[in-house]
Amino acid sequence: MSKVVIKKAGFYTSIQDLGRLNVAQYGVPRSGAMDSFSAKKANLLLNNSINAAVLEITMTGPVLEFKCDTQIAVCGATFELFIDDKPISNAKAFQIEAGSVLRFGRLIEGFRAYIAVSGGFQSEIILESRSQYRGITAHSRLQNGSELQLLTPEDSTAARARVNFENQHLFSGHLVVYKGPEFELLPQELQEKLFSQNFTLTPAGNRMAIPFKELLPNSLNGILTGPVLPGTVQLTPHGNLIALMKDCQVTGGYPRVLQVSEMGLCQLAQKKPGEQVAFELKELEY
Amino acid sequence: MLQWDFDIAPENLNTLLKAKQFIEYHFVKSKVQVINTYNSLLVTYDLSIENIYDDLLALKSLDFTQLKSEDYKAAHYKLPVCYDTEFGLDLDELSRRNALSISEIIKRHTQPIYTLYFMGFLPGFLYLGGMDERLKIARKNEPIKSVLKGAVGIAENQTGIYPNSSPAGWQIIGNCPVELFNATNENPCPFKAGDQIQFYSVSKMEYENVKEQVESGNFELKPEADV
Repeated sequence: MSKVVIKKAGFYTSIQDLGRLNVAQYGVPRSGAMDSFSAKKANLLLNNSINAAVLEITMTGPVLEFKCDTQIAVCGATFELFIDDKPISNAKAFQIEAGSVLRFGRLIEGFRAYIAVSGGFQSEIILESRSQYRGITAHSRLQNGSELQLLTPEDSTAARARVNFENQHLFSGHLVVYKGPEFELLPQELQEKLFSQNFTLTPAGNRMAIPFKELLPNSLNGILTGPVLPGTVQLTPHGNLIALMKDCQVTGGYPRVLQVSEMGLCQLAQKKPGEQVAFELKELEY
Repeated sequence: MLQWDFDIAPENLNTLLKAKQFIEYHFVKSKVQVINTYNSLLVTYDLSIENIYDDLLALKSLDFTQLKSEDYKAAHYKLPVCYDTEFGLDLDELSRRNALSISEIIKRHTQPIYTLYFMGFLPGFLYLGGMDERLKIARKNEPIKSVLKGAVGIAENQTGIYPNSSPAGWQIIGNCPVELFNATNENPCPFKAGDQIQFYSVSKMEYENVKEQVESGNFELKPEADV
């Protein structure tokens, strides 16, 4: 049987693909891998579809026992990784034999890693996605002791594949952003402040949103409830910036001052609480 | 995102929904999704697009004056609500603060035909506009930890139904036994933006009856015949 036993789930490990695209009309969040760049990369290494389900690891990794031969790749945050206590490297396809145990050690850089297996993980597909989300899938994350089936790969020619991606930009704190719908309503001073200072991630961050610590003098009122997206940065009445992440609601009532770029969102997903980011404005000419 | 200088009003929603249809019709090749709120349309793409300028230009050049020719078809639904105090946790509070008897609250809540503006907050949470001004009440200061699936609530001049058990900041006045959202259905929610919804009051016994039909899969929610 092609399956994996989750001996230990780790801090927050969930099944993710690239999310649900046509469900905002029902008020259902998009979900999907927080750092989609690394999730896609792990799948590419194994010759999977880029939308194949992977495991998203946050801060501390799981212990997985494989009950079948397969190949794996781990991308995103760099962890010390061991297969049966032998160290292996990140961002490389590895052959796994039935009975092997994959264990995560110390987190070295970044915050979220992605484990792909040949063919992808098999789990319930709800509203065209396997991404776990409370109220949509049966569980919102993996449970200790649970088992996951693997799909049969269409093509297993990936062995020995190694991709030398330039990874450094993934861990850079400079996020490319665009102006949000309410940006121009901010006083000039505040507009400049957004791009001249650093912002610190608070520990309250999760898959829904990442609030920042610094307080800004906010003179804007709330807006008529309007659409928001992963990457939308809202300014709360209290004066905090909040970056909405993949599990965010589809509408919101706080002014939307910035929109983080797709790559910027992946970089933000790799920041730990306490680390800082800076916003770099990219202007669209129209 | 396209934004209009609109208030919350059914005729404005109508314009948005026509514009939404229009965009969907003109962009079929690029596969876009369009969602509406009170005054905005958000156009999203299945894939990142290579050149945003071409599409911005295309969206800007759409002729929205042609909207008149396409009419938006709304459906009208009637939903049962049990206003028993077992469910209506905040009925007494509303009655006291707004100086209305409970039967008066029920009468005023079941009278209007509400407009479904959009779904948000939770999967399947309906934002309904058109409530009686006398029922207006502020949100709770502290959200309560959990309300029952189907809880009917009021916040300011909006009313809505919690499609699943959830923490709640709205004032709760009753419960609707009909299933409003099921992620495992091909069409997870029977309603769409623009639909009209009216409530009717049912006794605890009728409520249990409908609930049983819903649970055994024998309840069918059908739109009312066009008036």
